[in-house]
Amino acid sequence: MTDTTNISLPEGPVIKGKLSRDDLIMRGGMIVIALYLIVTMVMPLYAMLSKSFSTYKFELSQYELQISDEEGVFSGDVTTPAKLNAALNVLSDSDLSTGSDGRMGLTQFFPDFSFRSPVMYRIRNVSDTGRFLVGSNLHTGTEWTELDSNTFRRVQMRPEKSRGISNFVNYFSTPALFNSIKNSLWIAVVSTIVTVSLAFWFAYALNRSCMRFKGVFRLVAMAPILVPSLLPGIALVYLFGNQGMINGLLFGASIYGPIGIVIGSVFFTFPHAFIIISTALAISDARLYEAAVSLRASPWRTFWTVTIPGARYGLISAAFVVFNLVITDFGLPKVIGGQFNVLAVDIYKQVIGQQNFEMGAVVSVVLVIPAILAFAIDRLVQSKQVALLSARSVPFHPTPNPKTDRIFLIYCTLVAFFIVGMLAVCQFAALIKFWPYDLSFSLNNYDFSRMDGGGWTAYFNSIRLALFTAVIGTCVIFFGAYLVEKSNGFTTGRTLFQMFAMLPMAIPGMVLGLAYIFFFNNPSNPLNPLYGTMAILVICTVTHFYTVSHLTAVTALKQMDREFESVSASLKQPTLKLFSRVTVPVCLPAVLDISIYLFVNAMTTVSAVVFLYSPKTALASVAVLNMDDAGDIAPAAAMGMMIFYTNAGARIIHLIISRGILRRTQAWRSR
Amino acid sequence: MKFKHLLTASVSALVMAAGVASAETELTVYTAVEAEDLARYAEAFNAHHPDITINWVRDSTGIITAKLLAERDNPQADVVWGLAATSLLLLKSEGMLEPYAPAGVEELDPKFVDGGDVPSWVGMDAWVASVCYNTVEAGKAGLTPPTSWQDLTDPMYAGHLIMPNPNSSGTGFLDVSSWLQMFGEEGGWEYMDALHENIARYTHSGSKPCKLAAAGEIPIGISFAFRGAKSKAAGAPLEIIVPSEGVGWDMEATAIVAGTDSPDEARTLVDFTVTREAMEMYNSGYAVVAMPGVAKPVEHFPEGLLEAMIDNDFEFAANNRAAILSEWQSRYDGKSDPK
Repeated sequence: MTDTTNISLPEGPVIKGKLSRDDLIMRGGMIVIALYLIVTMVMPLYAMLSKSFSTYKFELSQYELQISDEEGVFSGDVTTPAKLNAALNVLSDSDLSTGSDGRMGLTQFFPDFSFRSPVMYRIRNVSDTGRFLVGSNLHTGTEWTELDSNTFRRVQMRPEKSRGISNFVNYFSTPALFNSIKNSLWIAVVSTIVTVSLAFWFAYALNRSCMRFKGVFRLVAMAPILVPSLLPGIALVYLFGNQGMINGLLFGASIYGPIGIVIGSVFFTFPHAFIIISTALAISDARLYEAAVSLRASPWRTFWTVTIPGARYGLISAAFVVFNLVITDFGLPKVIGGQFNVLAVDIYKQVIGQQNFEMGAVVSVVLVIPAILAFAIDRLVQSKQVALLSARSVPFHPTPNPKTDRIFLIYCTLVAFFIVGMLAVCQFAALIKFWPYDLSFSLNNYDFSRMDGGGWTAYFNSIRLALFTAVIGTCVIFFGAYLVEKSNGFTTGRTLFQMFAMLPMAIPGMVLGLAYIFFFNNPSNPLNPLYGTMAILVICTVTHFYTVSHLTAVTALKQMDREFESVSASLKQPTLKLFSRVTVPVCLPAVLDISIYLFVNAMTTVSAVVFLYSPKTALASVAVLNMDDAGDIAPAAAMGMMIFYTNAGARIIHLIISRGILRRTQAWRSR
Repeated sequence: MKFKHLLTASVSALVMAAGVASAETELTVYTAVEAEDLARYAEAFNAHHPDITINWVRDSTGIITAKLLAERDNPQADVVWGLAATSLLLLKSEGMLEPYAPAGVEELDPKFVDGGDVPSWVGMDAWVASVCYNTVEAGKAGLTPPTSWQDLTDPMYAGHLIMPNPNSSGTGFLDVSSWLQMFGEEGGWEYMDALHENIARYTHSGSKPCKLAAAGEIPIGISFAFRGAKSKAAGAPLEIIVPSEGVGWDMEATAIVAGTDSPDEARTLVDFTVTREAMEMYNSGYAVVAMPGVAKPVEHFPEGLLEAMIDNDFEFAANNRAAILSEWQSRYDGKSDPK
């Protein structure tokens, strides 16, 4: 029997596709960009996570004590605070956990301690890692230190580093901190509902009515995207503060708190919701409406059974985007939040106010959870979306209806007035000499060198950052998207890459910034020299805004058939040549969109860079924050408006350039 | 490992190439001095030592302290010029300061010099707590000017009072630590409980309460005298009140960061910070400086400020800081200005 099996055919060669040089280049490129994402995102986040579990604890057995008799003679009985504590039961285990800054006196272990007594004390560390203070002098090493009673009272033990979950336990047992979770969620939910409703009707008016001035409204609706999120906060102070222009409208309620945060959040998230919903409403099938009319459905019923279901993915997506923006925003609640604590601000307060980096990391971990959840649900819903527009669809065209058109015009005018009004108030405030006592106009508030925040240098730094981010970011992101989209095989690697590319969207800027401190300011990290340079700001900003840019690039690339690659391969042309000669020119609209998106966001971002800027790289957006913080509100408004004009200018230049370039490169689209 | 070194080398080479190449020494100086004074300080120093360039890193006291502590294992600063003594004591207890007795230190008031054998830091000037009182807005609200800390707990002032959050502001902390020292531990917390009832909100920075008072956003801001005098000079209808019980104060001080790459230049700078010329320079904004007999009265400063300064126990403040702050947070932080 065995003989016959042995005679069977020899094993054929394993057929393995040979990697061409092109494949190698593309895989190599993908690995490089994936490594970039790992180093600039995954590793810092890991460093932060591990920081949140790093705790400080007083090790009572780390010290040895000796007490003399009344004559000052030491009789040899060596004890430790741990033994004393076990005997006296002064402190429980939870009393021993503390922050990095913790100190603890020793006299509590001596019930009959008196600083006047002639008794002498000796203390030493048991090991080299022990630390204690006499007054404010640090004592390390295992030498005995002899002290009189009066000095012994000034001895403070210092905690030792350990690992554990006591930070989280502390966090959830501190009501002041724990409350922030509730506050944050509440604010985010309210702002989301208001913004999405307002933006829906605005988008509806622009897409489904025949009112006039649609172009103007579209332009105005996009304006808030050009300013830092804390600018509406400043406008609200001038409008509704105690010296506000129209503070009577609040009927005595204070703008410093949830009201202010919600109004400001609606302002700065409006364009984001508007774009998404507008896209969803732009596509619709007129046949459905015809069917509704022929079935004699009322307009109300048609609205609920045709319009809303058609836009539901847009609405859900807009809701989650707004929710994420509000819950992770820190500039606005800082300026206008009053006593109302939210998570993003808590991180800052823990790190900057109390130098409690561990607790800052804990709050970051807590903040990441709702952000990731919202993001995950959104992706899940999006993946269920099916094409609404089939080949047989008939595009919907609104018919004029004087009455509803007039109502929509009034509604849109009100919304536009709200947006323009906020910006106008800031500009006005920036030009006033000393609100509210000296209302003459002056340019004093533009003399930034006399204020905190870095002066005009900060402004030019911001422009540099924005340019670097736009150029480098666009190259990296578009090339990365191309490699993922168009390379062959290597499925695992590509899926992993896609995942990395989606992650930044779910990571709040504050968390990213804090993670960067932990990761890059570690002296054993070879990338440490980057800390405090412009480079780290560029890297951080590119990573922070990676996802949206990546998605834009992928969408554009998906529109190009893979046959381009096959053709170029059969013509024996290297892929990189195809990339530069065909792909990039064809996708130029998307490339330009990515670069302006990165530019504008780099100008306005605060949350991530606030932990990372150095004196040489102070930024305009951070300057707005710092000037407001020091009470220089008018100069803060002035700087905020400078950011607005710069971004508006960049947008206009972008428009002109795209027109020019598109005419030359996209002529093929319209025959 | 080799790769790691290579990477380190190439990255640092890149960074260096990006930086400005020059033969001069650059000192990275961390400071919490008001932004508008920095250029003047650097100019005065460079008049004597043009070969040393100062790179300022300026931020509020809390942020600078946080930065220094965060960079403990890898200090970026060479010198700290103008940071609260309480913060410097904190750094000293971490072993982060290089003890150095600058030339001429014996001419300073001993109160302004660190108590170690070789001082770890030397003082420049004192910044003193005060109450900024907006006469116009207070008049509108029908308030009478307070004369003491205890007055401020009067229900009349409910909602008309702003003070800095000690968890983020050095000024806020010196207020709290002075109350605990003046009224005793128990009395101090009782006082703050009563005061809390009147506070509209707590701000992040120490100068903001006074600026808010100057802008009429609130009638009374607990802040410091220097800020009040500046706003008054700018035309704000302010009165600067020195409470009768005495006022807390902290000093701005100078220190060398242990492990600096340019120890000689750092010493040169610290030597300069205690000269008579430097003291006169501080005096333009601060009524109290470390060298006795230098200070001239500063315009708009309230009278009797010097006498009102309490006998501040910096060691108490530094060693109990963590405990005081966490107690404060658990009692009042619902009302703190988000930062």
